[in-house]
Amino acid sequence: MDFNKNVGQPVSRLEGKLKVTGQAKYAAEYEADNLLHGYVVSSPITKGKIINIDITQAMAIPGVVDVLSHKNRTKLAWFDLQYTDMDAPPGTVFKPLADENILYNGQPIALVVAESYETARYASTQVIFEYEQETFQTDLESNIPNGRSAKKGFATALKPPPPPPTGDFQTAFEQAPVKVAATFQHGTEHHNPIELFATTTIYEGKGKLTIYDKTQGTINNQLYVANIFGLHYKDVRVLAPFVGGGFGSGLRPQYQLFLCVMAALHLKRNVRVVLERKQMFFFSHRPPVKQNLRFASDVEGNVTALGHSVFSETSNFEDYTEAIANWSHKLYPAPNTLFDHKVVPLDVYTPLDMRAPGGSTGMHAIECTMDELAHKLKIDPLELRLINYSEIDPSSNKPYTSKALRDCYLQAAEKFGWSNRNPEPRSTKRGNKLVGYGMATGIWDAFQFPARVEAMITKEGRMVLNNATTDIGTGTLTVMTQIAADELGLSLEEVDFNYGDSQKPFSMFQGGSSITSSTGVAIVVAAKALRKKLLKKAAKMPDSRFKNLEDTEVFFSAGNMHLKDHPNVFVSLKNIIAFNNSKPIKTTNMGKPHMLKLRKYSLATHSASFVEVEVDQDLGTVMVTRAVTAVAAGKIINPKTAASQISGSMVWGISKALHEETFMDHNLGKYMNTNLGEYHIPVHADIGQLEVIFVEEKDELINEIGTKGVGEIGLVGMPAAISNAIFNATGKRIYKLPIHFDELM
Amino acid sequence: MRSETQNLNHLKQGDCTVNLTVNGEQKILQVQPWVSLLDGLRDHLNLTGTKKGCDHGQCGACTIICDDKRILSCLTLAVMKNGSEITTVEGIAHGDDLHPIQQAFIDHDAFQCGYCTPGQLCSAIGLIKEGKAQTREEVKELMSGNLCRCGANVGIIDAIMEVKAGGGHE
Repeated sequence: MDFNKNVGQPVSRLEGKLKVTGQAKYAAEYEADNLLHGYVVSSPITKGKIINIDITQAMAIPGVVDVLSHKNRTKLAWFDLQYTDMDAPPGTVFKPLADENILYNGQPIALVVAESYETARYASTQVIFEYEQETFQTDLESNIPNGRSAKKGFATALKPPPPPPTGDFQTAFEQAPVKVAATFQHGTEHHNPIELFATTTIYEGKGKLTIYDKTQGTINNQLYVANIFGLHYKDVRVLAPFVGGGFGSGLRPQYQLFLCVMAALHLKRNVRVVLERKQMFFFSHRPPVKQNLRFASDVEGNVTALGHSVFSETSNFEDYTEAIANWSHKLYPAPNTLFDHKVVPLDVYTPLDMRAPGGSTGMHAIECTMDELAHKLKIDPLELRLINYSEIDPSSNKPYTSKALRDCYLQAAEKFGWSNRNPEPRSTKRGNKLVGYGMATGIWDAFQFPARVEAMITKEGRMVLNNATTDIGTGTLTVMTQIAADELGLSLEEVDFNYGDSQKPFSMFQGGSSITSSTGVAIVVAAKALRKKLLKKAAKMPDSRFKNLEDTEVFFSAGNMHLKDHPNVFVSLKNIIAFNNSKPIKTTNMGKPHMLKLRKYSLATHSASFVEVEVDQDLGTVMVTRAVTAVAAGKIINPKTAASQISGSMVWGISKALHEETFMDHNLGKYMNTNLGEYHIPVHADIGQLEVIFVEEKDELINEIGTKGVGEIGLVGMPAAISNAIFNATGKRIYKLPIHFDELM
Repeated sequence: MRSETQNLNHLKQGDCTVNLTVNGEQKILQVQPWVSLLDGLRDHLNLTGTKKGCDHGQCGACTIICDDKRILSCLTLAVMKNGSEITTVEGIAHGDDLHPIQQAFIDHDAFQCGYCTPGQLCSAIGLIKEGKAQTREEVKELMSGNLCRCGANVGIIDAIMEVKAGGGHE
């Protein structure tokens, strides 16, 4: 009775062979008859109006089919609400080509459609625009006085504003014997998945579209297209079987989808639109943020006051927020707290969730401030975390469904060799390099969304499952197959998990580290229903030994259903289906979070990161030579793909701390480094030794499978651990990310 | 204005003929002179295994093996390679038998989304052939033209080191 032979195994990615042989097809790679190519024209001005468009020259170029702009676009939906999507912040959704107004630099203002990509690109240079420019504001720092509370909306449920104040923060902070105050600054970042954003729309006729799109949510984009263009949602099929990275950028429909569909409907032709790398800087991004922190403690190191105020950029049309100031009080039980988050509307596009949104920004500031506090107290930074360790969530006074953070601290510290740390900054050298150790805590949400799964057993005895989720490289296909196989006692080869298709049953977008818990639970629920149906059918077979039984009285193994009390008595799934006239036995079920039960608990994953850096004494260059991150995220379905999620996130942490930032020239309101040569992400040579530990965390409350998600938690602790290690190495505390060598020279 | 007219003329005029051997097969490309080898492979020969990530030679996703050397196909015009022998990710395996580097990538989970993978694989094969990189640090340095946004860096280098140690089958 081996029920758990696949879950927990380090199975290699099931789609691996397709990816290493070039057979995996991404959105821009589908062939279509007489395919037209669209090239997006982006606004060179930041704010104002288009007063004239001259397309004469462009249209004269052989091969050019049309130039779509607000002047000649298809009639569109009237109401703002029809443009909304599952991840839209409160406000008014941006509507491409809606009118002559330009709201931000790089805004799509036309689509040139031609018989070849090269022709469309060339013709785009021949469309002549006249503009009326207006003044604009793009600088967060100089607009801090315009900060205001964010409007509330649907998204507020997932990203609540910071908790209300407790105790008397001002007095407690002023009178505390030990205190730290610091201001942190984070620059803009762009997701930059390596796959270019692309859509291929197949015009099927009769109002029907098949759309290959780069997205993290097939149903999200299906509904968006149907609502805007007045199509029945069943006539819009969005497919994304392979997605070349998302990191949040695919959570909302991006403008190439809108333009591609519009062109296909307008011209009644198949159309492909691929963005250039530069044009992927003209949409969502991680917003620049300014944070003020004030933490205080008694002389023993008990934190007594936590103050955290945030100013974050948003657009002038939507109020995008992140949970930035919400984290410190989930970890540290201070009696006096004061949190605040204000948004600063600017003439930019609306920011969007980017891997560990808010958490990676807020926890950097929080954990650097804790490090500074430890230094003032002359207490080891790890010791300070343990002194302030809370079994419950102090911000809500609720217990966690599980919290194995202490094990994360201790196991990662042991593996890293934290006890060898010299607390005196600038005291350890290796040749010409200053060596430093730093650590930090990570915390992240454990989301679960409702999901529906169709599950069936076919006449071949195979289990087939359908769900609309994507697999953006997280290992979703593999993990779902593992979960399903164990539920019916099958091998991985006997299970087909179909996904990446809006025609399959419901899944939310793939974000917030939620899909394993969401679709995974739905699979478990559907499998249970399927087992009952199989039993019921088996009971009706001639001379059946399976009559009048509860589903708890049978078990499934190697393609058979057995009696628990007499394991030698069994019937094969194939025979049950044969008895069903060879028709598959099917079920469709919803998995959903147990809201009522879970309301009494706080839900989170935790991590601890320990980092060694080397800083060149003369040049100030920083190398993260090694890092250990221990993660408590409930049940780990596949330790191989999960470890890749964590080590990949650790690379993101290194990038956030030391490499990536989008620079804007505020005189032009324009991003300046819109390419992968000047937007720095780590290369292989930047990555040292990375180790991942999953600590045991049994969580029977959170959901049916005990999972919490691993897509983002690995990033959260890293930037602070690196900053703290740089302080230990150099004695310099840098409050702005990314940290550049010139600040350390 | 003159250059504009020239451009227009080019668009009207006939294409150039480029003879290539791609993955062992003779291919004839009829392309305009400004078509990159990358677009030639993807859009004209439907060999979409080779990826476009930046079109500027900055990400390495378009790396292919051309006349035994790894090159960036986005910075190469198709017309420059008349008569060349090209191997793309589709031509690395021998039938159903994966090349050792492909198997090592699967074993070490050296990719997540898979989009940079074809470039990483071709670059790794080119690197091993070059024979310059011996140590792990050297391999990291000489693979640094291939970006991976998923952060699969450790798995990628582990996979290459394993194949290098085993000598591969190349």
